[in-house]
Amino acid sequence: MKIEAAANLPELKAIIQKSKRFDLIFSILGFLALLLAVMTFVVLFAQMAITGWERISPEFFTNFPSRRAGSAGILSALVGSILVMLVTAFAAIPLGVGAGIYLEEYAPKNLLTDIIEINVTNLAGVPSIVYGLLALGVFVYGFGLGQSILTAGLTLALLILPIIIVATRESIRAIPQHIREAAYGMGATKWQVVKDHIVPYSLSGILTGIIIGLSRAIGETAPIITIGALTFIAFLPPSPVGAEFPWINFEWLSSGFTVMPIQMFNWTSRPDEAFQVNAAAAGFILVLLTLSMNALAIFLRYRLRKNISW
Amino acid sequence: MQHMPTSLENEVQETPLSLKAEAKDFSFYYGDFKAIKSVSLPIYEKKVTALIGPSGCGKSTLLRSFNRMHDLYPNTHYQGNIDFYPDATNLLDPKVDPIEVRMRVGMVFQKPNPFPKSIFENVAYGLRLRKDKSKSYIEGRVEQALKDAALWDEVKDRLHNQATALSGGQQQRLCIARCLATDPELLLFDEPTSALDPIATASIEDLIHQLKEKVTILIVTHNMYQATRVSDFTAYMFMGELVEFGETTQIFNTPQRAETEAYITGRFG
Repeated sequence: MKIEAAANLPELKAIIQKSKRFDLIFSILGFLALLLAVMTFVVLFAQMAITGWERISPEFFTNFPSRRAGSAGILSALVGSILVMLVTAFAAIPLGVGAGIYLEEYAPKNLLTDIIEINVTNLAGVPSIVYGLLALGVFVYGFGLGQSILTAGLTLALLILPIIIVATRESIRAIPQHIREAAYGMGATKWQVVKDHIVPYSLSGILTGIIIGLSRAIGETAPIITIGALTFIAFLPPSPVGAEFPWINFEWLSSGFTVMPIQMFNWTSRPDEAFQVNAAAAGFILVLLTLSMNALAIFLRYRLRKNISW
Repeated sequence: MQHMPTSLENEVQETPLSLKAEAKDFSFYYGDFKAIKSVSLPIYEKKVTALIGPSGCGKSTLLRSFNRMHDLYPNTHYQGNIDFYPDATNLLDPKVDPIEVRMRVGMVFQKPNPFPKSIFENVAYGLRLRKDKSKSYIEGRVEQALKDAALWDEVKDRLHNQATALSGGQQQRLCIARCLATDPELLLFDEPTSALDPIATASIEDLIHQLKEKVTILIVTHNMYQATRVSDFTAYMFMGELVEFGETTQIFNTPQRAETEAYITGRFG
């Protein structure tokens, strides 16, 4: 028996060809959009690297800012950024992860929880200068913490809290319900389910959120300026670790400080052209820092997710 | 309405039936919707009882009440009793901790759901929840559970590999082993083979046959032939009601109710 081809086969083929044209058009447009985004960044980054390259040397990392561009370095800014990040991480990680777990696993599903949820997401969209003003009122004057590393760290922690909460919730939500049921079915309590299953299985997403949050915080300028960070600092905060008992001290928390983006801002606003080179070099280091933090996030996500599947 | 078993003709020297659990006038609500309507059902010790019926008849809902799984979700409530023997505890009593119920009643789910941990850690999880610390004791129990679940020979050389790398049938037997490690008194199966191929299905059914020597089993199945193959008693449910309960041979050969007959002969459902 011979099977006849459908009579309208040529017609069908023409329709398919026509429809496929849109695939082509969209993939070209999409590729161009991607190229535009990536190229803009690459060009900016390359220009910064080229301009700043002559200034990058070991001394650039070990010198304090100076009146002479050639011998000005980022030591105080780099140390300041690292210490501020330390405070931010210590404050934002437990609060953000804890809030995310609570909202997802413990909170009763009611109107109040819904309102909190919506507002957490909204907080991520609040301009960072508003956080600066809040911190100036609450931390600097209200709690009397002064224009210190502690204030800056807590301010940035508030700023990235929503990012960490949202990332925590998203990655907890990716755990299928049947895995929870398996654990509860064995007789696990809520806390045992959280500690044995929910946290380990969502760790890659949580860590990614934390790192993305911290890499956002490290580049923030506006709130730090608002709380009154110094722009010219030729000293380091007291060392957190000492030779004498109890080996760690917390004096550094109340020390004045500057951070990388503020140092950059300071240099770009100088009339002397030579400082532009310093600003570019500092910018290059800052972007490199952010990029390597993101790379770490990608690496951790890959490593931790390798063994997790349902 | 219920046909109570009289004698088991083809099995000589059968020990007398004793109750392991009994639903008494049990109803269940999702919000205002009454999903189970005054069901009374005996579960006999060391027997396999199958729950059959069309989709949405409430058989899974009934099964999940036996380990208080519904407590995990808001807006659900139980009415009536599910008495559990020998201590005659009403599993649904609000004073009875659902954690305690789930430690006594194991559950195997429709989709194999091993934890993304090692094979060993999956089976040991129930022991860890019971705070068992002795390494040799845990190892012994894990080995025995895997043997009882007919999985030991396939996994003994790779106990520390990821459980999720096993095939679907192996994963389901691992989930059974995970329950067996803590000696549950009642084992619930919620359509345990619906996600498996025919060969894996046959191995799970064989396993259920062997397990009933040790543990009481309640199984929900979509497949009527499976009910005839694995169960001693069958309950037919429809629209949240228990239509007929009896020995499996009786239900399938001489159903007392016209609805049951319509369903098992494939004229409906």
